[in-house]
Amino acid sequence: MGEPIIKIENLCKVFGPNAKSVMTKVAEGISKDEIFSQTGHVVGLRNINMNINRGEIFVIMGLSGSGKSTLIRHFNRLIDPTEGKIIVDGLDVMGLGKKELEQFRRHRMSMVFQHFGLMPHRTVIENVAYGLMVQGIDKATRHEKAGGWLEAVGLSGYEAQYPSQLSGGQQQRVGLARALCTDADILLMDEAFSALDPLIRSEMQDQLIELQDRLHKTIIFITHDLDEALRIGDRIAILKDGELSQVGRPEEILLNPADDYVEAFVRDVNRARVLTADVVMQPPVCRLTTENLDEALRQMRGHKHDYGFVFEDEEYTDYKGFVTRELIENEIDQPGKNADLSDLAEEVFSVQPDASLEKILPTSLEQPYPVPVVGEDGEFHGVVSRKSMISILSEKDESKVG
Amino acid sequence: MATESWLTKFPEMERADLVAIRKGLDATYREFSRTYGDVIESLFNPLLKFLVWFEKLLLTSPWWLVIAVVVALVYMASRSWKLSFGVIVSFMLIGYFGMWDNTMRTMSIITVCTLLSIFMGIPVGIMMARSDRARSVVTPILDIMQTMPAFVYLIPVVMLLGIGKVPGVIAVVIYAIPPVIRLTNLGIRLVDKEVLEAATAYGASPSQRLWGVQLPLAMPTIMAGINQTIMMALAMVVIASMIGVKGLGQPVLKSITNQYFTMGLFNGLAIVALAIIFDRVSQAYAKRTQRHLGGMQDG
Repeated sequence: MGEPIIKIENLCKVFGPNAKSVMTKVAEGISKDEIFSQTGHVVGLRNINMNINRGEIFVIMGLSGSGKSTLIRHFNRLIDPTEGKIIVDGLDVMGLGKKELEQFRRHRMSMVFQHFGLMPHRTVIENVAYGLMVQGIDKATRHEKAGGWLEAVGLSGYEAQYPSQLSGGQQQRVGLARALCTDADILLMDEAFSALDPLIRSEMQDQLIELQDRLHKTIIFITHDLDEALRIGDRIAILKDGELSQVGRPEEILLNPADDYVEAFVRDVNRARVLTADVVMQPPVCRLTTENLDEALRQMRGHKHDYGFVFEDEEYTDYKGFVTRELIENEIDQPGKNADLSDLAEEVFSVQPDASLEKILPTSLEQPYPVPVVGEDGEFHGVVSRKSMISILSEKDESKVG
Repeated sequence: MATESWLTKFPEMERADLVAIRKGLDATYREFSRTYGDVIESLFNPLLKFLVWFEKLLLTSPWWLVIAVVVALVYMASRSWKLSFGVIVSFMLIGYFGMWDNTMRTMSIITVCTLLSIFMGIPVGIMMARSDRARSVVTPILDIMQTMPAFVYLIPVVMLLGIGKVPGVIAVVIYAIPPVIRLTNLGIRLVDKEVLEAATAYGASPSQRLWGVQLPLAMPTIMAGINQTIMMALAMVVIASMIGVKGLGQPVLKSITNQYFTMGLFNGLAIVALAIIFDRVSQAYAKRTQRHLGGMQDG
């Protein structure tokens, strides 16, 4: 992460018979409508600059006509730009000759299409192996590999069927398997799930995220559905009338929309589903590091709290559990030697940093204490309090979480 | 001549000039055909040899063998017992009514003409589909080929090559080739853009796109074109008989001039029978190979 694999610089696309002649007007910033009425040329994309990092899911989102499908076709030059640079891993894609471009498409990028783009005259396995066939790999090898990917998308047994015999969701799984089968490290997905019904769509989104956890491809995903963008995107670019409105992480887009357009978009988003624990969490106020129970009680009183989170060390990393004042007082009242605080600390409902607020909310309403956020390896991140959740879910206009 | 002006009478060119033009063009063409006729004829020699060989093959083979081979081909293409049985019955009837030899001649020329039309028409159709400029050139030529009365282009062909099989084949091909060209072009242009885009996105070369995607997906439309081409070739058989193509057309021509109604009817029916066989078989074949495009069918 962090290292850009694809760089797009000053990309412009004008549709029309004499596109180059309009470029000065585009550079002057004359509006799309005006250019169209003056010259009959359509400005598809204007001054797009973006970096896409290795291993991330980069979502380009916009309404129809925003130029998103045009943009994604520039990455593998299904459409040539009027002006601008496309650099993939240091390679200037615009400088490639015909044969080099074919090689580039065969090995570096693969693509998933909105209406699947499967070949109706080939069986499922032949479709999956298509990319390898184009590369000239022999039938036994390519079918073996294709079979493996069919299994990975949950479609083994369908090898000999034709695409028309499958449902939409199954067809798109074939499309996905075909894209993965070439081992290209960049995956272009053009509204890949838009033609599917909502249930299948969310199933496919889960499957994509799951596959991505294993494969770490660089995925460029086009969608018009903000919920989908927020769900799967590591970063999101919002495109309007061929221009980029905003690029950022989902919570940045949600909490700090760059302009009215983006804001109108995010207004109706279900924040509880999108925002995750790590966005809302805060450091816990009452941290107890002592083993002595009386000392712990004193610290609690100092924080004016009835509870505390217990840590082994002063850096607050080794999280032990949760105690209430009542629990400590009961232990002290009991005869005999008092237990250590870390033994007394009990495990309470905790969440992972990537858990959505939607999942945290119900339990946190029953439990009067903040919910601790604990990572997979037991490391402590912070706590999510009811108050912070309510404030982020109810705020609509100006923002910033503390 | 004060009463006649260009307002009342069309200002046409002098008759003498017109005659001069006609004579000039005719003389030039005659000169051309006299000088190059032999060379051009020799170019068509292989075709003539093949035509003669194929016709002889059909005529000299025993009738039961011909029927067996035809039925085998029909069954292989259509996988239909009903159709195969229909073919046996119609060939038996044709033979019983004494039209066997003429039918064989017609079948041989139709087969050759259809194959020629396919081999020349499909590449032209592909060219048209690939370039809009080629399309704008070829389309008006096809329009002329389809609307020009067949007799008109028979004249220069006969002047150049005389009477016989080869000019007959040329006339039939000119008449029958437009559908296969047009529908090849149409079929390729109708191929789903996204499927073609997918092929391109996976790095397919132009020839991989053509053979692997465009032609297979255009096949149903191309097959419709081939079907039309066969039908038109059969329809042309009667006209072609005027320039010496032997076959079912000649008795029809004879019946017209001598008013033999029954003879004309029988031979006409034999042509119809051949047409139906060719049509059903080519359609059944197309349908069978394109089954997976249709949707939820078995296997």
